[in-house]
Amino acid sequence: MTSTHSLHLWLLPLVPFAGFLVNALLGRRFPRALVTAVALIATLIPFLQVLGIASQFSSLSLPHLEQFGTWIAAGSFHADFTFALDQLTLVMLLVVTGVGFLIHLYSAGYMAHEDGYWRFFAYLNLFMFFMLTLVLAENYLLMFVGWEGVGLASYLLIGFYYTRDSAANAGKKAFVVNRVGDFGFLLAMFLFIAHFGTLSFSSIFSQITAHPELHGGFLTAIALCLVLGATGKSAQIPLYTWLPDAMEGPTPVSALIHAATMVTAGVYMVARTHVLFDRSPLALSTVAIIGTATAFFAATVALVQTDIKRVLAYSTISQLGYMFLACGVAAYSSGVFHLVTHAFFKALLFLAAGSVIHALSGEQDMRVMGGLRKKIPVTFWTMTMAVFAISGLPPLAGFVSKDEILYHAFTAPGPGKLLWFVGLFTAFLTSFYMFRLWYLTFFGENRAEKAAAHAHTPASSHHAEVDEHHHAIHESPWIMLGPLAILAVLSVIGGWMGWPEGLGGGNWFGHFLAPALASQHVAEAGSNSLEVTLALISTLVALAGWFLAHLFYFAKPELPEKLSVSLRAFYNLLLNKYWIDELYGAVVIAPVLFLSRFVLKGLIDTGVINGGSYAAAYTTQGMGAIVQRLQSGNIRSYAGWLALGAAGLLLLTYFGFGAHLSLR
Amino acid sequence: MTANFQLLRILPEVILTIAGVLIMLIEPLLGHSTSRKPLGWFAVLSVFASLAASFAQLGMAAGTAYYGVIQTDAFSVFFHVLIALIVLVSLLVTIDTANANTESLGELFALMVFGAVGMMLMTSATELLLVFIGLEISSISTYIMAGFRRKNVKSTESSLKYFLLGSFATAFFLYGIALIFGATGTTDINAIASQLGTSAVPMFATIGLGMILIGLGFKVSAAPFHVWTPDAYEGAPSPVVGLMSTAPKAAAFAVLLRIVYVAFPALHAHWQPLLWLMAAFSMTIGNLGALRQQNVKRMLAYSSIAHAGYLLVAFTALSTDGIAAASFYAMSYAAMNVGIFAVVSHASGYDERLSLISDYRGLAYRSPLLGGALGFFLISLIGIPFTGGFFGKFYVFASALHSGMVWLTIIGLVNSGIAAFYYLRLLASAYSKPTNNALLDPMPRASFALLLALVITISGTLILGIVPGQILAMSHNAAVSLTSGIANPAPSATHQ
Amino acid sequence: MDVPIAYYLVLSAILFSIGVAAFLIKRNIITVFMSIELMLNAVNLTFVAFAHEWHRVSGQIFVFFVMVVAAAEAAVGLAIIIAIFRARNTLNVDQVDLMKL
Repeated sequence: MTSTHSLHLWLLPLVPFAGFLVNALLGRRFPRALVTAVALIATLIPFLQVLGIASQFSSLSLPHLEQFGTWIAAGSFHADFTFALDQLTLVMLLVVTGVGFLIHLYSAGYMAHEDGYWRFFAYLNLFMFFMLTLVLAENYLLMFVGWEGVGLASYLLIGFYYTRDSAANAGKKAFVVNRVGDFGFLLAMFLFIAHFGTLSFSSIFSQITAHPELHGGFLTAIALCLVLGATGKSAQIPLYTWLPDAMEGPTPVSALIHAATMVTAGVYMVARTHVLFDRSPLALSTVAIIGTATAFFAATVALVQTDIKRVLAYSTISQLGYMFLACGVAAYSSGVFHLVTHAFFKALLFLAAGSVIHALSGEQDMRVMGGLRKKIPVTFWTMTMAVFAISGLPPLAGFVSKDEILYHAFTAPGPGKLLWFVGLFTAFLTSFYMFRLWYLTFFGENRAEKAAAHAHTPASSHHAEVDEHHHAIHESPWIMLGPLAILAVLSVIGGWMGWPEGLGGGNWFGHFLAPALASQHVAEAGSNSLEVTLALISTLVALAGWFLAHLFYFAKPELPEKLSVSLRAFYNLLLNKYWIDELYGAVVIAPVLFLSRFVLKGLIDTGVINGGSYAAAYTTQGMGAIVQRLQSGNIRSYAGWLALGAAGLLLLTYFGFGAHLSLR
Repeated sequence: MTANFQLLRILPEVILTIAGVLIMLIEPLLGHSTSRKPLGWFAVLSVFASLAASFAQLGMAAGTAYYGVIQTDAFSVFFHVLIALIVLVSLLVTIDTANANTESLGELFALMVFGAVGMMLMTSATELLLVFIGLEISSISTYIMAGFRRKNVKSTESSLKYFLLGSFATAFFLYGIALIFGATGTTDINAIASQLGTSAVPMFATIGLGMILIGLGFKVSAAPFHVWTPDAYEGAPSPVVGLMSTAPKAAAFAVLLRIVYVAFPALHAHWQPLLWLMAAFSMTIGNLGALRQQNVKRMLAYSSIAHAGYLLVAFTALSTDGIAAASFYAMSYAAMNVGIFAVVSHASGYDERLSLISDYRGLAYRSPLLGGALGFFLISLIGIPFTGGFFGKFYVFASALHSGMVWLTIIGLVNSGIAAFYYLRLLASAYSKPTNNALLDPMPRASFALLLALVITISGTLILGIVPGQILAMSHNAAVSLTSGIANPAPSATHQ
Repeated sequence: MDVPIAYYLVLSAILFSIGVAAFLIKRNIITVFMSIELMLNAVNLTFVAFAHEWHRVSGQIFVFFVMVVAAAEAAVGLAIIIAIFRARNTLNVDQVDLMKL
C-alpha cells in the first residue's frame, strides 16, 4: 500500500448494496417517495465520493491499492479483497456513478406509474454494486464477481421486472449467451493460475513485464479466452444476439446497462489487460477484426429496423465494435475515450427515446411516429445533440473520439488501412441510420392517427396495461428532462477534453490515461496534416449520410419503399438480421436438445435393452423371448446398464491405458 | 493407549448409536396421537453433540485406534463435520415437513441417525472390513428411508430399485475387496500400498480396484453407474432425498479418496483415466438428462449426477490441491443441495403436492421466503460468484487445469454452461405470476425448524463463497493429512 | 492332495457371473434377490480361498461379517418386497416401472 491515507474505496460499492438491501427487504412497505430517496441517495453518495477522489487525484501515488483482507488462501494461491485505483479506474468510476446517477434520476420519473417500483430500484442498485466491484477489482477473480453479478442484475431487470413471457425469454437468452462468454473468462483465469500462480493484475503484469521474451504462445491462448469473455459481455460477434432482445427491459435499464456501462465491461477488461494483449499480435488482430466486423455488420442491420429501441441496440453493438477496433490496434486510450463519449450520447439517445415512448404512451414503432418536433421540443433538441454526436459531426463528442479511433486504425501496421476503410464506411452508415431515426421520429406528419386504425402490436406497447391507447402527446416531466439536458451538454462538450493534437488540441484525456495504458506498440508515425485530412474525410462522410437520410426520409419519402422492393433479397437479409438467431437455434440449441433426448431415451431404452439384456439373455440358453416390452424404468434394464458399465470399466482396468491413450 | 482414549476416536459414532437406539426404544411406547417431534429434536441434539465430539478430535494428535481399524485425522474430521451438518439439517427439514403424528415417524429420525453412524465410520475407517460395514449401515438405513411412505406406490418402487441395484453394486465392491485381499494379503488401507510393492499378482489388485470403483461409483451416482438415481430420488420423501443425495455421496467420496490416494497411488495410471472418463460421462449425461425433465426432483437427481462429475474432476488432479478441492466441493454441494431440498420439501409437503416444474409457478408470490431461498440456491447451483457453488467449481477446475487436464476442464466448463438452462427454468417458473388462482394460496407457515435449516444452509453457502478461507484451510489440512499418512503406519498386517 | 487355489477362484468367478446373469434375466423379485445372495456367497468363497492361501485368518473373519450383513440386508429386503407386494399385488420386477426417463 503506497498511500498513507485510505480513500475508503469499499464505500463505493457497499453504499448501493445497502440501498439494494433496504429496498429489497423493506421496499414493499415503503411509499414510493421513500423508495426513490433510498435508491437515489445510494447512487449519489458514491458519485460525490468519486468526485472527491478526483479532486485529490493528483496527490495520490498510483496505482492506489486498498486491501480489505484475504478472500481465499489455498496453498500457494491466494486472492484478496483488494480494490485498485488508477487513471483508468477513475474514468470508469466517473462514468458509472455519474451516468448511473442521472439514469436513476430519470427512472424516478419514467417508472413512476409502474408496478413493482421498489423491486426495480432494488435491482438497479444491485447492478451499481456489481458494476463498481467490477471496475474497482484488483484481481480477475473479484472482477469476475462483478462480471457475473452485472449479468445477474441485467437478467433480473430484463426478465424479472415484467411478467411477460418474451421478457423472461430475453432475460434467459442474455444470461445463457453470457455463460458462453464466461466460459472463456473462467478458462483464462485458470490459465493465469496455472502459469502465473496468481490472479492479481499487478503481479501478473509485472511478471509479464519482467520477461520480455514471453511472446505469443500461452499468452495468446489466455488473451483469446479473454476475448471470448469480452465478446459475450460486450455483445460482439459471435455473441451479440442477446443485446437486441434485451431491449425488452425498461428503457432506463437499456440506457444504463445495455448502453453506458455493463456492455462496455468487455472493452474495459481488454484495456485493463493491455499488457497481455501487447504481447500477442494474434489476439490483438482478432480483437480488431471482431470489432470492425461487428461495427459494420450491426450498422447494416440497424438500417432497416423499425423499432426505435432496436435501432439503438444495433447502434450500440456497432459503437462497441469501434471500441474493440481501437483496442485491437493498441490504441486503448482511444477505445476508452470512445467508451466515455459513447456513454454520454448513447445514454442520452436511449433516455430521449424513452421520453418519446413515454410521450406516445408506449409506442416504439418509428413507422407510426413522426412530426413530434413541435410537441416535445426539449426531447427533440436533446436528442438532436445526441444524433449529431453519434453521427460524427464536429465538434461534438462522437466526432472527436471516433475520429481518433479511425486515425489510429489508419496508422496501424498491417491491415490498418482496410480497417480504417470499413470503419469509415460504417461511420457513413451510422450517420444515415441515425438521421433516418431522427427524421422518422420528429419530422414529417404525425403518422400515429393513421396507424391508430390498425391493430396495436402488443409486443411493443409497454405502458399498454397502464394507459388508454391514445393519450394526448405530452412532454415528459422535468425529472426526466433534467438528465437529458445534462447529457446533451456532455454530448456536445464531452469530447473536447480529448481534442487531438493534430487538430490543435491538447489530447488531455489521452495524456491522462497514458500512465495506466502505456502501450508498447509503436504505430506508424502520423503527421498533423494526415490527421486533418482524415478528420475532413470522416466529416464529409457523416454529412453524406445525413444528406442521404434527408433525401430518403424527408425530401422524397417514397424512395425507400421503391428501393426495398428493387433490392428485396438484400433487404430481407437485413430485416431478418442475417438469420443469425435461426442459425444458432439450428446449430447449437437443437443438437443439445437432441442429445438430451438421446441420453434419456436412446441410451436407457434402446441401448441397454437391445444391448445388455439381449446379449446376456442370448448367451444364457437362448432365452430370446426375454427381450420384450422392456421399457426404461425397468430394474433389469438398469442392472443391465450397470453390468455393461462394469464390464467396460473392468476391461479398461485390465488392459489399462498405455502411453498411447493418454487423456490429458 | 488406554481404552478410554481409544473410545474418544469413535465418540461421535457412539453418541449417535446410543441416541438412535434410545429413539427406537421410545418410539413404540408413545401413543398414537402423541407428537413425534420431540424425538426429532432429541436426534438434532445428539447430532449436535456428535458434531462437537468430532471437533474435539481435532485437538488430539492424528492416530489410529482399535488395532488400526479407525484413524482420526484432519481428513476424517472434515467429513465427520460435513456429514453431521447434513444430517442435522435433514432432521430439521423432516421435523418441519412431516405431520406430527405420522406413523412411526420416530423410526425415520432413528434411521437418519443410524445412517450417519455408518457414513461417519466410512470416513474414518482404514480397514476395508469396517468400510464395508459402514457402507452397509448407511445403505440399509437409506433403503428403508427411501421407502418410508409405505402406502405410496412410487416410494416403495424407489426403495426397491435402490435396494436391488444397491446390493448388486455392493457385491461388486465386496468382490473387489476379496481380490485385493488375495493380491496383498491384507485389507488394511494403510498396509495395502506397502504390500503392493512386493506382491507377485498385481492383476488381482488392478481388477479388485476396478470392482471397488464400480461399487463406489454406484454410491456416488457417477455415470455409467447412475441409472438408479432419478428413480430413487423421485420416489423417496424429499427430506430424505436431500440427505441421500449428499451425505452418503460425501462418505463414498471420502472412501474413494482414501482408497485411491492411500492404498493405490502405485496404480494411478490405471485409475486416473477411469475417473477421467467417469467424470466426463457424469457431467455430460447428468446435464443433458436434466434438460428435458419436468419433475423437479428428477431434474435435481440428474443435476446431482452432474455434480458428482464435477467432483470427480478434482480426483484427476494429482495433488493435495485436488483432494482439497474435492473435499471443498463436497461441502459446498451439500450446503446448496440440502438447502434446495429443504425448500422443495416444505413447498411440496409430506404428501408431495408439487412435483412438476410448472407446479412451482408463482411460488415466489405465495411465499417470498421460499421463493428467495429457492432463487438463492439455484444461483449457487448455476455457479454465480459469492456463492459456494461458484467457488467450489472454480477451485475444482483450477486444480484440474493446474494438473494439465485441459480437455476435462473444457468439458466441465461447457457443461456448467448448459446447466444454467434447466436451473433457470425452475427459477423462472417460481417467479412468474400464476395463471391459476388456486395456486395462489399462501404456503403453510415456515416453522422454526425450517428457518433454522435455511439459516444453516444459506449462511453455509455464503460463507463458502465469500469467506471460504477457514474452510479451505480445513480442506487443505485434510488433504495433507491424507497424503502424508500418519507417524505410526498401522501394523495391522501382522495381526493374524 | 491339495486342490490348487485357482480352482476355487474360477469356481467363485463362475458363481458370481451366474449371479449377475440371474439378476438380469429373472423376473421374480425374490429370485432376483436370491441371485444377489449368490453373488455374495461367491465372494465369500474367494475370501476363504485367499485366507487359506495367505494363511491369514482375517479373510475368514471377513466372511462372517459378510454373512451377518447379508442377513440384515435380507431382512430389510424382504420387508421392502412385502411393501411392494401390498402396494401392487405383484412380484414381477418388470411391472415395477412407474418412474421412467
